[in-house]
Amino acid sequence: MNPLRVKGLCKSFGGLRVTRDVDLDVAAGERRLIIGPNGAGKTTLFNLIAGEIKPDAGEISLMGRDITRSPGRARAHMGLARTYQIITLFPQDTLIRNVSIALMGLMPLRWNPFANLSQCRDVSDAAHEALERVGLVHLADRKISETSYGECRRVEIAMALAQQPSVLLLDEPLAGLSVDERRGVQDLLLSIPRDVTTVMIEHDMDVALRFAERITLMHFGAVVLDGTRDEVVNAPQTREVYLAG
Amino acid sequence: MTAGYSRILAVFAFIAILVTLPLWIRDTFYVNIASQILIWSIAAMGLNLLVGYAGLVSLGHASLFAIGGYAVGIAITSGFDQLTAFVIGLAIILLISAIFGALALRSTGIGFLMITLAIGQILWGVAYRWVSLTNGDNGISIPARPQPFGLDIEGPTPFYYLALAVFILALAFTSRLVLSPLGAAIRGTRDEPRRMTALGYNVWLTRYIAFVMSGFLSGIAGLLFLYYNGFVSPQVLTVQSSSEILLMVLSGGSATIFGPFVGALVIVFMKNVASSFVERWSLVLGLIFVLIIIFIPEGIVPGLARLKTGFGGARRIRAVPAPSGEAS
Amino acid sequence: MWFILTINSVTLGGLLFLLSAGFSLIFGLMRIPNLTHGSFFMLGGYLGVTLIRFGLNFWIAAILTALIMAAIGVTVERLLLRPLGGNAMQQVLLTLGLSFIIADLSLMIWTGDPVRVPTPPGLEGTASLFALQFPLYRLAVVGIAVIIAVGLWLMIERTRLGAMIRAGVDDAPMARVVGIRVSALFSVVFALGAALAGFAGLMAGPYLSIYPGLDSEMLPLALIVVILGGTNSLLGALVGSFIIGFLFNFGQVLFPNLAYVILFLPMLVILMFRPQGLFGRLT
Repeated sequence: MNPLRVKGLCKSFGGLRVTRDVDLDVAAGERRLIIGPNGAGKTTLFNLIAGEIKPDAGEISLMGRDITRSPGRARAHMGLARTYQIITLFPQDTLIRNVSIALMGLMPLRWNPFANLSQCRDVSDAAHEALERVGLVHLADRKISETSYGECRRVEIAMALAQQPSVLLLDEPLAGLSVDERRGVQDLLLSIPRDVTTVMIEHDMDVALRFAERITLMHFGAVVLDGTRDEVVNAPQTREVYLAG
Repeated sequence: MTAGYSRILAVFAFIAILVTLPLWIRDTFYVNIASQILIWSIAAMGLNLLVGYAGLVSLGHASLFAIGGYAVGIAITSGFDQLTAFVIGLAIILLISAIFGALALRSTGIGFLMITLAIGQILWGVAYRWVSLTNGDNGISIPARPQPFGLDIEGPTPFYYLALAVFILALAFTSRLVLSPLGAAIRGTRDEPRRMTALGYNVWLTRYIAFVMSGFLSGIAGLLFLYYNGFVSPQVLTVQSSSEILLMVLSGGSATIFGPFVGALVIVFMKNVASSFVERWSLVLGLIFVLIIIFIPEGIVPGLARLKTGFGGARRIRAVPAPSGEAS
Repeated sequence: MWFILTINSVTLGGLLFLLSAGFSLIFGLMRIPNLTHGSFFMLGGYLGVTLIRFGLNFWIAAILTALIMAAIGVTVERLLLRPLGGNAMQQVLLTLGLSFIIADLSLMIWTGDPVRVPTPPGLEGTASLFALQFPLYRLAVVGIAVIIAVGLWLMIERTRLGAMIRAGVDDAPMARVVGIRVSALFSVVFALGAALAGFAGLMAGPYLSIYPGLDSEMLPLALIVVILGGTNSLLGALVGSFIIGFLFNFGQVLFPNLAYVILFLPMLVILMFRPQGLFGRLT
């Protein structure tokens, strides 16, 4: 049973068909890369899988369960986590608070109006641990608004990993990073545990190709090609799409 | 850590001043004004949960403020004893807040503001026109203040202490809530609702809880208001009344613990004291509104903090949240 | 009695349309409910009656009122709303503050007594048709509302200005890209809305008379008309206005206690089942 399956997914905005009959089948523990030129519908596919927008047709299943009609929050509770291409953190809060919010999303504690969050030991221990993994524990008490862009990208990943997801969607985790920062984030990506099924959108081919085993090529909202890394890289369609795009 | 201690010290000093206040100001006129300030502070604290922390600007909160007063007043005039009437009042506040919130949270941002304004008008219409139930324009009077636990609160000073006790409870509750996981969740839904959903939070329910808590707190203030005046009328439910509460939140500084108190202090003082010199309260109210929005949109408390830290490091806080048009 | 009620309903519907057409346009373009709209209505009534007292003819006074209100509208938009940039919430709250100021200034100038506006000469009587008596002035109000509705529709659908407004309503950033000065449109639409509201205020004068509090009675009506009909839809404003016109008058006779609640019921139903309004589009 594959943890993430997408079948015949379609979505239009007005007259524009941004997702056309997309099939995606990601095996347990797989690291999948989705490539394609801008406007190929990659982020829309993520938004559909995460439940932020509703598909017009098609099915999505997570861990063998049909989630096509489940709200986004239910998908999170079933083990789906994602990061965003455009950083969406809580700028007035500290790093540790950001990660704590991610952790609490899956805990009943999130409804508690009386506990003092900064004194909840299990949350703060887990949050420190998550920051440790991305190498930012020394900045735990700094505000996001005073944190560099590259570090924010790491916090994004820390928040997703803190939820210990079964399926992780990474939307351009390297976007806008300097060469040095890229190297760091790349190591971080490679250190994601193997049992986490990961789907990544990324334009930086050097990093992406080191990360992925299988690649899906998208163009104009549809899947053009799906195969192993070498198959897709060497396929004539790949060159066509990128030259045409 | 010293900053933390000085803050605790400041809070204790603040409460000590409030507790000893009737000893310094003997004039019952001013003791009564102090009671009014406390009552409106509680109402504004309630609205602040919604406006400041959940980022939902309501223009119908005066109706939630007044509804409990009406419920208690009607219960007492139809023969219930004070305690039963009080319990009925609390139940009605919860019920109406729950219905009001479910309707208003069909939308967020500007849409939310418009719906709250409209529902506020409906409730005003009920109070004003349903004469057989609400006594219309004349309002509802209660013969006497209750005697909670056998205490006599007819005099200005005893009543002040009742209001102060409720105020401190409300203050403790909100400052606790703000530090709690639920408080963090509520602010999260204000800033990044999409992300909160992706993290597993039920954004709608979180906002709804914030709404009901907000309505409940403001409603309790409304009960005190009834006990204070012995009287509640449709005047309390008008858009102007809702706007006054909102202005207390915005002028004091939304999403701060003491902002609503500062706002209530300024507005009640102006209304009572200034209006005995200037006749035109609406004009003054409108002018303060316009001036605050243009010059210190973040409110007095954060505005003072900005002055203290110097203009160089000024960070602009969004006092009023930008409307988020997302459907949740 | 039913006949009179129907006439009253249609008249109120016409007035409400004049009020809410501008409200709807402003909302469509600037994405804010203009909470001074009720004040513009009342102010128009007061200004008009003042001009009439100076000896002006009713219709000339009406046109002058519309022009003065347009100027006030532009001033408010340029001087107060524009400096707030795109912060819609601050703009809304500013219009709210402004409405208190206008209300109090009007009370100062025109006192608390209701002001009767004389019915324009020639329209005092009634016309009979099929043994029914039609009050002439009310017929005239409805006629004018219909003419203005058609005029607005033609302007929106057929003129260059209308095309720009439609583009701005549909997609402001895109309109900017193709070279439309959306911010200039804000002034135009705000002026138009204020002019229509003020004009409606004077039109209402002979029928409702002008009094303090009229502003806060009319604003919620415009609000429910627009929620009911859907924002940025003239047709929605028209249909919504007449629905509310009928509900208001019939409700007051049939359910005097709950008339006001009945007025808002359709709005609640719409909110529950069709949040974009009867004729609104989802954006």
